[in-house]
Amino acid sequence: MIKFDEVSKHYPGGQEALAKVDFHLQAGEIAFLTGRSGAGKSTLLKLVMLMERASQGQIFVNGQNLGHLSRRQLPYFRRRIGVVFQDHQLLFDRNVFENVALPLQIAGYDPREAARRVRAALDKVGLLGKEKQNPLVLSGGEQQRVGIARAVVNKPTLLLADEPTGNLDPQLSAEIMALFEQFNQVGVSILIASHDLSLITRLRHRILTLDQGRLVSDRLADGALQAGGPPSAPAVSMTSGFVAGGA
Amino acid sequence: MPRLQASRESRPGKTPAKAPARPVQPTSRDDQGWHFIRGFEQHQGVAVDSLQRLLLDPMASIMTWVVLGIALALPTGLYLVLQNLQQFGSNVDQAARISLFMNMGLADARLMELRERLLQQDDIRQVDIISAAAALEEFQTVSGFGEALSGLDENPLPAVLVVTPTSLDGGAGTQERLARLQARLQALPEVDAVQLDRQWLQRLYMLIDLARRLTLGLTILFCTGVILVVGNTVRLTIENRRAEIVVIKLVGGSDAYVARPFLYTGLWYGVGGGLVACLLLLASLVLLQGPVSGLAGLYGSKVVLQGTGISGVLVILAGSGLLGWAGAGISVLRHLRAIEPT
Repeated sequence: MIKFDEVSKHYPGGQEALAKVDFHLQAGEIAFLTGRSGAGKSTLLKLVMLMERASQGQIFVNGQNLGHLSRRQLPYFRRRIGVVFQDHQLLFDRNVFENVALPLQIAGYDPREAARRVRAALDKVGLLGKEKQNPLVLSGGEQQRVGIARAVVNKPTLLLADEPTGNLDPQLSAEIMALFEQFNQVGVSILIASHDLSLITRLRHRILTLDQGRLVSDRLADGALQAGGPPSAPAVSMTSGFVAGGA
Repeated sequence: MPRLQASRESRPGKTPAKAPARPVQPTSRDDQGWHFIRGFEQHQGVAVDSLQRLLLDPMASIMTWVVLGIALALPTGLYLVLQNLQQFGSNVDQAARISLFMNMGLADARLMELRERLLQQDDIRQVDIISAAAALEEFQTVSGFGEALSGLDENPLPAVLVVTPTSLDGGAGTQERLARLQARLQALPEVDAVQLDRQWLQRLYMLIDLARRLTLGLTILFCTGVILVVGNTVRLTIENRRAEIVVIKLVGGSDAYVARPFLYTGLWYGVGGGLVACLLLLASLVLLQGPVSGLAGLYGSKVVLQGTGISGVLVILAGSGLLGWAGAGISVLRHLRAIEPT
């Protein structure tokens, strides 16, 4: 689903945000991306959804080489990826329903079909009763769930999340993560950037660790070999537990 | 997760991870026909939404509309003045009368016959005969040389035919037409000399031409002004909706989708400005009709000021809408691309 091939990202001024990052997230897999602030988590996600372009190396998303994607094709590419932001990026000039409907409206869906899908998405995140409210009056956790509903309403095959629990207490964070696991169980590939190590190690999924732009670890959390998990675990991470990103 | 199972999105057999290498196509999943209808509905919705947003802050919008209205009313007003002048000019086109001085001693019967012949011609509206005797009589009374003239043995004045050409609009080719007519009349064997008061006409036509160029220049200037005002206003709107633009781009809004509401905002600014301009023109016509009628009355003439008419109003509205759209388009091209999610 996502394949990074020796990907580096330099910013003007010589700062190196990512250095020769190599990994492969299989279709239907769920993985966490962790590391300290400034390690390159956000940069990596931005590269996947083409908010930034790689300086070197190749990125494939859903088989598509992102380097070959033109500016004109960009919106249509983004419509197939759901993204959840730490600050949820909701619009406060419209209600919850309209916020969630936005991607469908953009893609030109039939309003009735869109309404059906919006309700289904809101139902999944448990906010069906609040569709008429302004997101401003919702709690932080609820706002984040509206953001998640918006990210999945278009039935993306890939879901990205950048610190989705960054502003939430542990209880709410666990609920949000459980929500992501539910989506993964129905086949959505998920990559979540989070620095909440205690939370993500408990969840027993694949964990990619970045340090100063290098991928220093790619392993499964302890005991992740439980039965019935998604067909995900890449062999390499089980054997070595460590995939270094070069010198 | 019972809830999850119940929803259609989670049908177990169908993993969303289908078609792994499907190339990105710039079309939605709908087929073309639906796509077209959807597109139309989307446009309609965006147009209505843009207008509603303008009406949410009526004071600011009205001020912009008035500014645009004044800028549009000036050139259109000048154009109307020009049109009315032209109409007035063609009312007084008897000034373009051509005097044919006949050969001396031409019989009255020949004069009548020539008059009939001339009246057959398309470009001649009216022919008046001033016989030699009548000319002498008039000259005697007007000039004050009555005594001296009565001493003469024979009438020194020729008969005159006064030819009024068909209506002249003062437009292109008028001069040429007059010159051709003059040459043709000059060629008549009965005619000794032809005189056309061209100086007066030429001045009028040059003035009209000057005014027309002035109007054209001012129209270009003011239309540029309208485009820039709308462009700048839309730029502020874009700034105000920056967050929304970022989110829309993040969830896959194309450049065209993001630009659309602003283009409609520009359209509404333009159309509103055009409406204000029409109202200003109407008010000016009503205010000016009285004095103009009075002035025309002094010259024994009746003048009804010509407005733009319904078609003119439609042209103004369409034109101003187009200018607004163009202004917004420039602004969108310049500023929208720069707003990208970071």
